[in-house]
Amino acid sequence: MKAKIVITPKKAVLDPQGKTVQTALEQMGYDGVKAVHVGKYLEIELEGDAEAWRPKIDEACHKLLSNPVIEDYHFTIE
Amino acid sequence: MRFAVLQFPGSNCDQDCVHVLGNVLGQDADYLWHKEESIANADAVVVPGGFSYGDYLRTGSIAQFSPVMNAVKAFANTGGLVIGICNGFQILCETGLLPGALVRNRSLQFRCETIFLKIPTADSPFTSEVPEGRLLRVPIAHGEGCYFADDETLATLQANHQILFQYATQTGELTDEANPNGSLLNIAGICNEGRNVCGMMPHPERASENVLGADDGRRVFESMLRHLEAKTGVGQAATAEV
Repeated sequence: MKAKIVITPKKAVLDPQGKTVQTALEQMGYDGVKAVHVGKYLEIELEGDAEAWRPKIDEACHKLLSNPVIEDYHFTIE
Repeated sequence: MRFAVLQFPGSNCDQDCVHVLGNVLGQDADYLWHKEESIANADAVVVPGGFSYGDYLRTGSIAQFSPVMNAVKAFANTGGLVIGICNGFQILCETGLLPGALVRNRSLQFRCETIFLKIPTADSPFTSEVPEGRLLRVPIAHGEGCYFADDETLATLQANHQILFQYATQTGELTDEANPNGSLLNIAGICNEGRNVCGMMPHPERASENVLGADDGRRVFESMLRHLEAKTGVGQAATAEV
C-alpha cells in the first residue's frame, strides 16, 4: 500500500520553474500550452489500514511534506 | 552577553557568526548543536546560514523539527531575542516563528553579490543602531530568498512596521532592478509582531569588519547588544530595589 502525494505551488505564488518549462515547450513547437506548474511527487510505503492512515498522512502533509503558505497538496492511498 | 549559535548538519555560516560576536564584538558566543534540548543561559540565539539537512524537501523544513528548535520556540515566545540569517530565516519561517515563506529566486539563479539595504524602521532590537536614512551594504548568497506571503500578511507586516530590511538601489529606492530575487515589497528581512524574532536573507556576519570590505553588518549585532544591555540594566535596577 502506498500514499501517493502530489504537491504543487499555490496559484498566487510565482512559479519561475513552471514558466521556464512552458517557454521551452513553446520553443519546441507545442502550441496551446496554457501554463506549466512544477511541483513534487512523493510515495510513502505503508502497512496497516488505509482509512486509519488517511488523517495521519493529511497531518504529515500539513506539518512537514508541504508548506501551506506556498503549496497545495492532494493524495491518494492505494 | 551570551549568544548561542545553532549548528545543524549543513550549517556553514555558524563559524562566521561566532567569530564576529566573539572576536569582533567581544561577546560570549558558543555553538549549540541541534540535538540539544535547551539553550541554557543564552541571552540571544542566532540561527545561521547554510544548507541545513541539504535543503531536502524544502529549505529549512527538516531543521524545524530538530530538538533545539523546541527550546528556541519557547525562548522566542517568552520574548527572547532570536535572529535567523539566510537559511536561518528560512528555518524560522518554516517553524512558524515568522510569517511567510522563502521560495526560489525569480531568476532561478543562485545570487551571490553585495546589495544595499534600506532600513524602514529603527524601532526594533535589530535596527536601532542604524542611523536614520543610512543604507547598509552587505552581501547576499542564496538561491531561495524570494519572500512570499499572502496579501493579508503583507498588509499586517506593513501596518505593524515589521519590515526591517528592503533591497534598494544605492540611493535608497525600492526598484525591481535592486531586487535580486523577486521578493514581494523588496523584503530582505522582517520581524515578528513581538519584535523579538528577526529573519533576514543578507549576511551581516560577512560584513562586520573593514578588512572584509565593509562593516555595515555590525550595526545589526550592535543593535541586538544595545537592546540586551538595556534589558539587563532594567533587570539589575529592579533587583537592587528589592
